[in-house]
Amino acid sequence: MAMSAGEIERLIKEAIPDAKIDIRDLAGDGDHYAANVISAAFKGKTRVQQHQMVYNALKGGMGNELHALALQTSAPEN
Amino acid sequence: MSDNPVFDRIRQEVDSNDVVLFMKGTPVFPQCGFSNAVVQVLTYLNVPFKGVNVLEDADIRQGIKEFSDWPTIPQLYVKGEFVGGCDIVREMFEQGELREFLAQKGIQTEAA
Repeated sequence: MAMSAGEIERLIKEAIPDAKIDIRDLAGDGDHYAANVISAAFKGKTRVQQHQMVYNALKGGMGNELHALALQTSAPEN
Repeated sequence: MSDNPVFDRIRQEVDSNDVVLFMKGTPVFPQCGFSNAVVQVLTYLNVPFKGVNVLEDADIRQGIKEFSDWPTIPQLYVKGEFVGGCDIVREMFEQGELREFLAQKGIQTEAA
């Protein structure tokens, strides 16, 4: 059970098209990643809401196929 | 809120304790690196909290994810409000926001 970095990126982009995504594989086992996601869609949202948007994009994968995703989200500076 | 019976038990925990951490393991013996990270932050800030070991209660382990619409453990609650998981608590701590947030909620913190 695992998810590839490419799959994670594809799913996030599907749900958040303007997202700039930087994914790092922490353990090489397809189960532990760190991701930094920047999107204008996060503007005005709390961190919890921003992270929930990313988790929803992963369609239930988070906490199942994907054990750990150290997530950082932010809206673009400008 | 759906009528999931475990929600009442969760609500009772978060309403009767100022700071509650739903975690894997216990504060003395965390059994997951992410749970341990939050325990360390709360310990560093000298914040008393109640640990709820989801590994001992499958209903709570699943129910808490629906309760907060958050897919992972640990989950930190302050005065009944869901604050976040490991990433958010750590980010708030590193940016000095956690101490301020807790103070706003009337919870004293001291650096160890």
